[in-house]
Amino acid sequence: MSSQVATGLQVRRSVELTIDGEKFTALEGSTLLDACRTSGKEIPTLCYGDTITPKNACRVCMVELEGSRILVPSCSRKVEPGMVVHTDNDRTRHSRKLVLELLGSSVDLSLTKNVARWNENYGAEPTRFGPPSYRDGNRDQAVTGHHHKPDGSSAETVHQAVKIDNPLYIRDYSKCIMCYQCVDACGEQWQNTFAITTAGRGFDTRISTEFAVDLTDSACVYCGNCIQVCPTGALMFTSEYEMRGDGTWNESEQTQTDTICPYCGVGCALTLHVQDNTIVKVSSPSDHSVTHGNLCIKGRFGFQHVQNRTE
Amino acid sequence: MDLKISSANASPDERSAVDDLLGADQETSQGGERNQDGHRVSRGGELLRNMRHLLLPTLHAVNDRIGWISRGAINYIAQRLDIAPADIYGVATFYALFDTNERPARQVHVCIDLVCRAKGVFTEDSLPVGSIPSPCLGVCERAPAVLVIQTGVTPRHEILAPAIPQDIADLVTGKSVASEQPVSAAVPQSPDESLVLLSRIGRVDPLSIDEYIATNGYVALRRAFEIGASQVIAEVTASGLVGRGGAAFPTGRKWAAVAGQPVTTRYLICNADESEPGTFKDRVVMEGDPFALVESMTIAAFATGCQHGWIYIRGEYPRAFKHLANAVKTARARDLLGENILGTGFSFDITIFRGAGAYICGEETAIFNSIEGYRGEPRNKPPFPVEVGLFGKPTLVNNVETLVNVLPIITNTGEKYASWGTQGSKGIKIFCISGAVKKPGVYEVTFGVTLRELINLAGGMTDGSSLQAVLLGGAAGGFVGPEDLDLELTLEAARTAGTTLGSGVVFVLDQNVDLVDQLQRIAAFFRDESCGQCVPCRVGTVRQQEALARLASGSRNGDLQLLRDLGQVMRDASICGLGQTAHNAIDSALTRLKVFS
Repeated sequence: MSSQVATGLQVRRSVELTIDGEKFTALEGSTLLDACRTSGKEIPTLCYGDTITPKNACRVCMVELEGSRILVPSCSRKVEPGMVVHTDNDRTRHSRKLVLELLGSSVDLSLTKNVARWNENYGAEPTRFGPPSYRDGNRDQAVTGHHHKPDGSSAETVHQAVKIDNPLYIRDYSKCIMCYQCVDACGEQWQNTFAITTAGRGFDTRISTEFAVDLTDSACVYCGNCIQVCPTGALMFTSEYEMRGDGTWNESEQTQTDTICPYCGVGCALTLHVQDNTIVKVSSPSDHSVTHGNLCIKGRFGFQHVQNRTE
Repeated sequence: MDLKISSANASPDERSAVDDLLGADQETSQGGERNQDGHRVSRGGELLRNMRHLLLPTLHAVNDRIGWISRGAINYIAQRLDIAPADIYGVATFYALFDTNERPARQVHVCIDLVCRAKGVFTEDSLPVGSIPSPCLGVCERAPAVLVIQTGVTPRHEILAPAIPQDIADLVTGKSVASEQPVSAAVPQSPDESLVLLSRIGRVDPLSIDEYIATNGYVALRRAFEIGASQVIAEVTASGLVGRGGAAFPTGRKWAAVAGQPVTTRYLICNADESEPGTFKDRVVMEGDPFALVESMTIAAFATGCQHGWIYIRGEYPRAFKHLANAVKTARARDLLGENILGTGFSFDITIFRGAGAYICGEETAIFNSIEGYRGEPRNKPPFPVEVGLFGKPTLVNNVETLVNVLPIITNTGEKYASWGTQGSKGIKIFCISGAVKKPGVYEVTFGVTLRELINLAGGMTDGSSLQAVLLGGAAGGFVGPEDLDLELTLEAARTAGTTLGSGVVFVLDQNVDLVDQLQRIAAFFRDESCGQCVPCRVGTVRQQEALARLASGSRNGDLQLLRDLGQVMRDASICGLGQTAHNAIDSALTRLKVFS
């Protein structure tokens, strides 16, 4: 039954499992999400990123696993032989609908890919909890274990002012779904800088520097690897932020050109996003074997010299 | 690590608080002393990276000395433990007993949770100036309760209960706290030699190991050494003992799973983070019979091959902490703990670890993160703690009450223990009875008594009060009504009746208690205590609270359905038990007590 596939030096067995009534095989060590996607099922994901260990915090990718009391996060649950999984029944649809509603009612998802389509697919109505509250509370000063008692007239949100404290990128935490990816990219999974952290608790949990100081007073090295992994547009190049503010940002008019960073000998892959013959932002392919999407400040932001043109 | 430290410096007091715990700064972060060639040799690195588990104790040291945690203090801790300041800030802001904003050296925490607020004295809206509202302090038998923390070189943590508003005003202005009643006051059955778990309370000085030994102390440990590790597990399995923290997992099976791990470095954690509103049984056991916990942990470690144990005790239990610290120290001095216990060659020691105000840290995997010096966020399961737990090693996590049950199991045999109780609920159970009864406190019974019998045991309802409802199992439990008085308090009967015994809370509400206010408090509790990691719990607990606020004010357009929807997603999709049970009590009030209908 089980065949073996050699990948590099490892031998990975394949396991058989049942997804929505059909038998599939998946490689040992892969996740239910991998298996579902390989078998052509669409499972929505929000906090999942392909370069960061899944935190399974958003809970939108939950599937039903027979024998498990609660639904399981497909992004991080590894396949096991004989698993029987349901990806699209009443229970999983309810769960996804509610997660989309809970996030949609508290976070600005306007720049998050696919959300409008998923809302429609799952019948999610984020407005059913009442009108959003934009109380301009200072979330950075929230006191752990305490909150303002709600009267129910509005739905509390994470709304707050955009943080603009450096010339390179902005932080708009009204759009933050707390996927933890920026913290993991800044900290132990990629950059080892630890400039940002998850602070506070419960609904007041937020991404913060120590004592919420400006980035310029923090340990930030402006590698921008947090921007690379941010799935919601909460972290954004200042260039993009300003163009969006001016109404000139137009992704359909942009080209993407892969090249190699000119600065040092590592050879990081760059993707230049160009609009009107001007580089508007830089990313890096997340599947590239050298960078895994990561760059340093020079590759990420050091492109102005290319376009210092004399008219 | 390359730390970027801001210019904020720690004050001499802050430095000394940290140094008293960690020892004087060897300046390893600066490169250490010069050697004979004039080169600096760093002794940091690996040494420092192995000290992250000291982060919470270090934050406690600063908080206890100064009253809050400043930028300078975090910078100094960062250098001493080689952790980035932002990372420390994230940990410090997770715990409600810490504050990163300046505050007075004296903090008066007033319980506004279910049992205390039912007394009608304190709510979050009626607190005397200068006091801090607090979730359940676990002193429900003497509600309403206050915890006073006086920070300084010799910090003092004291409980005052019951308290009146004038007390709070006096405490805020610095009046000292009258000494606490003896532990036995919380055990109306005491003194009673015939009790199994609470027999020493009121009869034996909890600080005296000699009195403990004179009352059959350490008989079970000697017996365990005689019969051997695998037979101990066999006895515990035969006893039918299940976890008393609320989840009722078979203890013997858990022990066998840890003992069977191929990895031989293993740890034991006693979960003493008792924070479920209405629960105070573990506090009473730790205060009144601390050596029993130390002895039973030693047996558990011997049986499962654990080299070290932690007692994770909530930060709001000063007397239990003091009594346990004495018990561990004394047991060590008598060769009953530490290297080569009683000359058997078996070595095991215990560290007492103070929580810092976080209900979630009673979740078995959140405990690991908390002890390791991280935010107390639950981990994903699998892998399960018996395979990958504290510091990545197989870990046995047992509740206080579960552990002390091991002593009568070993002394009487598992078979004998299993003959007590009912078919589906073996042995002895401690219930925490609070609210409108004449003699609130902890009660030891053999499984099988009914709710009515238990209330009668507690002296019956207070004069002039009639029963409105009973909350079983705490905020994560469920309400039952007067028609359920003949419910047998066993796991199987509770399950059949669609409710739960949870941690053993029996909170009796009379006709004067505002049930809607209680529900709103339960919702507020879960909102405050959610770790914030997963969406269903982080946002769902807020939406649940908002919907209850609307229902309380009379509008109900779709809100009952909304609550059901929220309950389902929290139960189905939350990472841990907190979110999964955050709707239970509210659901039971809607369906059983017909609130809002």
